[in-house]
Amino acid sequence: MSTTTITETDIAARKHPVAPYLRMDRMPHIWCPTCGIGTVMKCYAQALEETGINMDKAAIVSGIGCTGRVAGYMNLDAFHSTHGRAIPFATGLKLGRPELMVTVFSGDGDLSGIGGNHFIHAARRNMDLLVILVNNFIYGMTGGQNAPTTPLTAKSSTMPYGNFEEPFNLPHLAASCGAPYVARWTCLHIRRLTKSFKEAIDRKGFRFIEVIAPCSTLYARLNKLGTGFNLMQYYHDNAEIRHGVDTREVSIGFQDRIICGKFVDEERPTFLDNMQTHYTKTLGDKFMPMSPEGGLIHE
Amino acid sequence: MKTDPAGVLTGAHYLDGDFACGEGAMAAGCRFTAGYPITPSTEVVERIGRRFPMMGGTFIQMEDELASMAAVVGASWTGTKSLTVTSGPGFSLMMENIGLGAMMETPLVVVNVQRGGPSTGLPTMTGQADMMQARWGSHGDYELIALSPQSPQEAFDLMIDAFNLAEIYRVPVMFMMDECVGHMTEKVVIPPADEIDIVPRKLTDKPPGEFLPYSSDGGLVPEFARAGDGYRFHTTGLTHDERGYPVMSADCQEQNVRRLVDKIKKNADKIVRFEEEDTDGADVVLVTYGITARVARMGIDFARKKGVKVGVIRLIVCWPFPEKRIRELAPKIKAFVVPEINLGQMVLEVERCAGGQAAAVLVGHAGGGVHDPKDICDAILRAAK
Repeated sequence: MSTTTITETDIAARKHPVAPYLRMDRMPHIWCPTCGIGTVMKCYAQALEETGINMDKAAIVSGIGCTGRVAGYMNLDAFHSTHGRAIPFATGLKLGRPELMVTVFSGDGDLSGIGGNHFIHAARRNMDLLVILVNNFIYGMTGGQNAPTTPLTAKSSTMPYGNFEEPFNLPHLAASCGAPYVARWTCLHIRRLTKSFKEAIDRKGFRFIEVIAPCSTLYARLNKLGTGFNLMQYYHDNAEIRHGVDTREVSIGFQDRIICGKFVDEERPTFLDNMQTHYTKTLGDKFMPMSPEGGLIHE
Repeated sequence: MKTDPAGVLTGAHYLDGDFACGEGAMAAGCRFTAGYPITPSTEVVERIGRRFPMMGGTFIQMEDELASMAAVVGASWTGTKSLTVTSGPGFSLMMENIGLGAMMETPLVVVNVQRGGPSTGLPTMTGQADMMQARWGSHGDYELIALSPQSPQEAFDLMIDAFNLAEIYRVPVMFMMDECVGHMTEKVVIPPADEIDIVPRKLTDKPPGEFLPYSSDGGLVPEFARAGDGYRFHTTGLTHDERGYPVMSADCQEQNVRRLVDKIKKNADKIVRFEEEDTDGADVVLVTYGITARVARMGIDFARKKGVKVGVIRLIVCWPFPEKRIRELAPKIKAFVVPEINLGQMVLEVERCAGGQAAAVLVGHAGGGVHDPKDICDAILRAAK
C-alpha cells in the first residue's frame, strides 16, 4: 500500500472542486474532527454545482448551533439568523423576492426543538423552501444537552442517566404536515445524499431532508460509542434503504437501525401557487401579484 | 422619490387609527407584512390583507409573533419594505428578532398598538406602558427610533415618516400607538401619491467584488445589497466585521456596537421631533405623547384659567428622546409634568435630562382608560406652587 504525503502548500495550490461554492476566506471551519456537518455541506455544494442553478438567485438561511454555521461558509446570499427562526426568516426572504431559491440549513435542536412550531407550519403551508436538517441527536454547540431527537436511553449532559423522553420521528412529522418531498440519509450515503439534494433543488414546495451525522465530541463520547469512525461504521451496519416506506416506521432507537431513503415525493401546489390561483379566481383582473424580483420600489 | 401610486388611497376618509396606520404603511411603499392576530392591533393587518393583493404586496399570517418578526427581517433583505403589527404580549415575543434587525441593520417597522399590561393585562383597553420596552426590550446595546401618533391622521402621516427613517438609518422603527388612537375614528386625508415623498432603499453602486456589507465608508450607515442581486453577502446576528463575518473579539464588538449606537445618537438632532407650545416664560412644561397629549388639553386649559403659565412638549419621536431641549428648559421652569398611561416610564427620561434643575412630576395611570383631565390640572397646579 502506498502512502501519499500532502503538504499544506499542495492543499492551497489544489483547488477543491466545490471551492467556488464556499467562502474559502472563512476556512478553516469551526467543526470538530470527524463531525458530519462538513460532509453534508460538501454534498450540498456539489449538488448546487451539478444542478447548475443560478447561484446569484440562491439564498441560504441558518439558525444557531453547529449546523447553524453552514450559512456562513456557503458562497451565496447567506443569513445566520436567530435560534429556531431560520424557517420564518427564510419565509420572509422567499415571499419578499419569489424568484429566489431559498435553502434552510440547520440542526435538529434548532429546527425541531426551539423552531419546531415554524417547521410544522411551513410544511403545512408548503412554503417553497428546501429544508436540510442535520441530526446529530444532541445539542452540540452548547455542550451535549438532550435534544428532541436524542434516542431513548442515549445519554446527554442533561440526561446523564439516559434519555427517557420519546424523540421526534422527523420524516413522519414533516410528512404528516403535508411536506411533498421527504428523505433521510446518513453522512455515509454521500452519493445518494447528493442525488437527493439535486432532486430537491429541482422541486418546489417544502422539501425536507434529514441527514444523520456523527458528533464524536459529545454524542459519541457521552455514550461511549468510540469515534466518528465508529459512528460511520454504525451507519454502515445499520442503515437500511427503504424508499417509499410509511414514515410511521422510521423512528430511530439508540444504536438501532436507521431507515433511509426517499419516503415522500409528490406534487402539491406551494403557498405561492395557491396564493396565485386563489387570488386570480377571487379577484380576477384586480389581482396584482408581487413581481418575482420582489417588492422593491425604486426610481 | 415619490411613492408608488398603487398603495395610495387618495381622498378624505373616515378611518380608525389602525386602518389609517395600515393605509400609511401602504402609501409608504410597504409591500410585505407578516403578523399574528392580537387585540387591539389586528385591524391594521386586516386592512393590509384586504388591499395588498391589488398592489403587488404579500401579507402572511404567521404562526406566532416570533415568526412574524423573523419573516419581516428576512423580507426586508430583499429590499421589500416590511412591516409587522402587534400589541404587548406579541411585542414581548418579537424582542429577540428586533435585536436581530438592529444587529443586521435591517430597515423595518413594528407597530405596537399598546394595551394594558403586564402579561395578558387588558387586551381591549388602552395603555402606554411599553415605551421603555420599545427602547430597551431586546438584550444588548443598540439604538432605534420610536414614534407615537396622537390621531388617526397622524397614524397615517407618521407611518410614512417611520418607513423613511427606517431606510435612512437602517434600523427597526417602533410605531407606538395606543388602543385609543388605534380605535378612534376621525377624518383622515390621504394626499395624492405625487405629494408623498418616500426614501427608497439605498442600494450600493459598487460591484459585488468590491462591496463590503458593513463598511460605512467613514459614515455611520452602510450601503445595502439585497438578496438575489449577485453580491453573495453574509450577514449574522453575531458580532461582525465589515465583511459581515463573525469576529469574536472585544475590538470588533467595540466597532460594531459603537456604530449601531452612534448612528442614532450622533444623528439625534435630525431625528428628534416634537411639538412645542408656549414654553417661553412657562412655569410648568407638560411633556406628553399619544392619546394622553389630547386628553391633557383640557387639564392645560383648566390650569391656564387659574393663571399658571403652562408650556407643552408633545413627543412625536419618543426615541431618541429630545434630551437637548429638556436640558435647555429645565433651569428656566419650576417643573415638568408628565402624564402617561403607565406608572412612570418617559418621566424617568425627563427626570434624567432635567438633572435636578426642575422637578419631573409623573401623573400616572395604570391603564384601561385615559386620565381624568382634572388630575392633570391638579398636578400642574401643585407643580406650579
